Amino acid sequence: MSRYTTLAISEPNELRFGLAPKPLTTRHGMQIGGGTVYPELNFTLPPILVNAQTMPEIQRHYRQIITGALQRAVELECHGLVVEFETLPPMTENPVWGVDLAKILVDAMGEANAKHGLKSVLRMTPNDTREMERPPRMRTGQLWEAMLKTFEGAAAAGAELLSIESVGGKEVHDEALMIGDVRQVIFALCVMGTRDMRFLWTELGQIAQRHGVHCAGDTACGFGNTAMVMAEQRMIPRVFAAVVRAISAVRTLACYECGSVGPGKDCGYENPILKAITGFPMAMEGKTAACAHLSPLGNIAAATCDTWSNESVQNIKLLGGMAPTCYLEQLIYDCRLMNEALADGRDAALMYRNWMVRSDAARDPQAFVLTPENSIAIARSIVCAPNDFAAGKAAALTAISLLREGQRAGAVKIAAREQPWLDTMEEAVGSLPTTESEFINQMMGVVDTTKFVARDYGLAG
Amino acid sequence: MNEKELLTKAVENGNRNDAQCLTRVLLEQGLAPLEIVEQALMPAMAVVGEKFKTGEIFVPEMLIAARAMKEAMVLLEPLMTKAGIKPKYTAVIGTVQGDLHDIGKNLVAMMWKGANFGVVDLGVNVPPDRFVAAVKEHNPHLIGLSALLTTTMPAMRTTVAAVRQAGFTSVKILIGGAPISEEFAREIGADGYSPDAGSAVDGAKKLLAN
Repeated sequence: MSRYTTLAISEPNELRFGLAPKPLTTRHGMQIGGGTVYPELNFTLPPILVNAQTMPEIQRHYRQIITGALQRAVELECHGLVVEFETLPPMTENPVWGVDLAKILVDAMGEANAKHGLKSVLRMTPNDTREMERPPRMRTGQLWEAMLKTFEGAAAAGAELLSIESVGGKEVHDEALMIGDVRQVIFALCVMGTRDMRFLWTELGQIAQRHGVHCAGDTACGFGNTAMVMAEQRMIPRVFAAVVRAISAVRTLACYECGSVGPGKDCGYENPILKAITGFPMAMEGKTAACAHLSPLGNIAAATCDTWSNESVQNIKLLGGMAPTCYLEQLIYDCRLMNEALADGRDAALMYRNWMVRSDAARDPQAFVLTPENSIAIARSIVCAPNDFAAGKAAALTAISLLREGQRAGAVKIAAREQPWLDTMEEAVGSLPTTESEFINQMMGVVDTTKFVARDYGLAG
Repeated sequence: MNEKELLTKAVENGNRNDAQCLTRVLLEQGLAPLEIVEQALMPAMAVVGEKFKTGEIFVPEMLIAARAMKEAMVLLEPLMTKAGIKPKYTAVIGTVQGDLHDIGKNLVAMMWKGANFGVVDLGVNVPPDRFVAAVKEHNPHLIGLSALLTTTMPAMRTTVAAVRQAGFTSVKILIGGAPISEEFAREIGADGYSPDAGSAVDGAKKLLAN
C-alpha cells in the first residue's frame, strides 16, 4: 500500500474527459483514459425473484440484454464498450449463479469481437453482501467467503475489471446523515471506511493478480449518493451533501492506494477528485443515468469522465427497444460528441468541458465542489494531510471554504436556510481533536457501537 | 406563556433539558401524562412536521425536536404504560426479504415516531413470516414495507399475501421505495403507497382514517 502525497493532475485544464495520465489498456486493446471516452452500460432485471427456479429466465434476460446491446454497438460503430455486471444479492450469495451469468456476458462479448471486431471489456461488481448480517461481519463468515468466490469465478471467466460498492462504515454513516453530524461522517468514512477498504482491496488485489485482471475501483455510493438523494428530497441540506462528497474521496482513495488502477466506479461522483490525485481513468454517470436516479450533476459529471455510464436500467421494453439497448444508444451518442471534441484538439475539448461544468456548477453546491478547480483544491488538501482522519478534516474544511468563497463571488447559489449549516459544520470540524486516536476514543463514545463489530475495523470495542 | 406552552416551545426548539424539566413540572402540577402528550408534545411535533413539509427545516432539525420529545417521553411512558395508555396507532415496519436498504425505512420510522405512532422496526431483509409474527405479537394498525431493488418487489407481494392469508385483513399496509408505484401497490393488494419518506405520515393517517 502506498499513500498519495502529490497530485497526478494539478492544473485544472488538464483535468478533463477522455484523458488520464495513467490510462488502462484492456485485452481487446481499448485504452481507457487514452483519448477516447467509452460508453459503459449497466443494467438490472425487471421485477422477478432471483432463485434456482427463475435462473433459466434470468439467464434469458442477460442473453437478451447483451445481444441487443452488442448489436446496437456494432450498428453505431462504437469504438469500444465497457459492460458492467452488477450482481443482485442472491447472485453473490450463490457464486455459481453470478459466475454463470458473467460467462454469458463474456462469451457474447468475445463473439462480437471475433465477428465484428467490437472491442469490449466486462466490469464485474458483486454486491457487498457482508451487510446482510447485522451487525455485519466484515472479514469472515459465509457471506464474505461467497463474495470472494464470486470475484474469483468472474475473474477466471474473463471479467477484466473488478469493482464493488463497498459498505464499510455505513453502519454509522446512515445515522450521521439523518442527524446531520459531520464528525460522525468523518468517523464513518475516514476511520471505519478506509480501514475496511484497505482490508478488502488487499484481498481483491490478490484475486486480480491470480487471474491477470485489474482492480478497477470502488465508490462511496452508499455514502455520498445517499446524501445526494436525501438532498434532492430536501431531507438534508445540499451543502451538507456537498461536504460529504468531498470527505468521501478519502475513503474511495484507499482502493487506489491498495492497487486499483481504474476506471473508478461510475457512481463515485467523487471521482474527479480521485482522478486528480491518482491520474487513473474514471467512469462517471450523470444525465444519462436519470433512469436510475436523479441528480444535480447531469453535465458536470461528464466533464472529467473516461467512461460514461447509465448507472442501471431495468430490462423492460421501451418504444425504441429494450431499455438497456436504448440507453446504450444514448451513451454512444454522448461519447461520440465528447470524442469529436477531443479529435478537434485541446481547445475544443476544453471548451466543451467548460460548457458542461458551467451549465451545472452555479446551480448546486454539490456540482460546485466538483468543478476541475475545486476538485483539485480538495484533492490537494487530501494529499497534504498525514493520515485519513486529517485528510477527512482537510477535505471538509476545504469544501466549506470553497462554498463560502463561491457564494461570495456569486459563483454558486446557496439557499438562505442552508447557510447556517456551513457555520455548524465548520465549528464541528474545527473542534475535532488533533490526533486520530483521540478522535476514535471520542467517537466510540458517541456512535452506536452495537451496529458494528469494532474488531472487524481494527478498533478496540 | 404557561408551562404547557413552554414545553411545546422547548420541543420545537429541540431543547432536551427544558423538555424534561417542564414535563416534570407539569406532572407535579397534576397534569395527566396523556394530556401532556396531546396538549404540549403533539402540537410541537405538528409544528415541526409542518416546517419540514414546507421546507423550512431539514430532517436533522426535525430529529433534534424528536429527541427533545423523547426526553419528555422518558418520564411519561412508564406512567402511561402503568395506566394502560397506548399510542393511538402502532406500526410495524421493515425492508422486505432480500433487500438490505434501510435508510428510507429508517426515515419513515422516524417520521411515524415523531407523529406519536408506536413503531416496531423489524430491520432489513425481513421474511414474510417475521412480519406475520410481528403482527400477531403487536397487533398493529399499520404495516410499512420498503424495497429498493426491482428484484425484491416480488417479496412485497409475498409479504402482503402472507399477512392477509394469516387472517390479518384489517391491518393497513403502506409500501414504498424507489421502484414502487401506486399501480404496483394496488396490484399486490397493499392499501397504499408513499412516494417518499416525507409523505409517509400523511399517507398513513389517510389510510388509518378510512
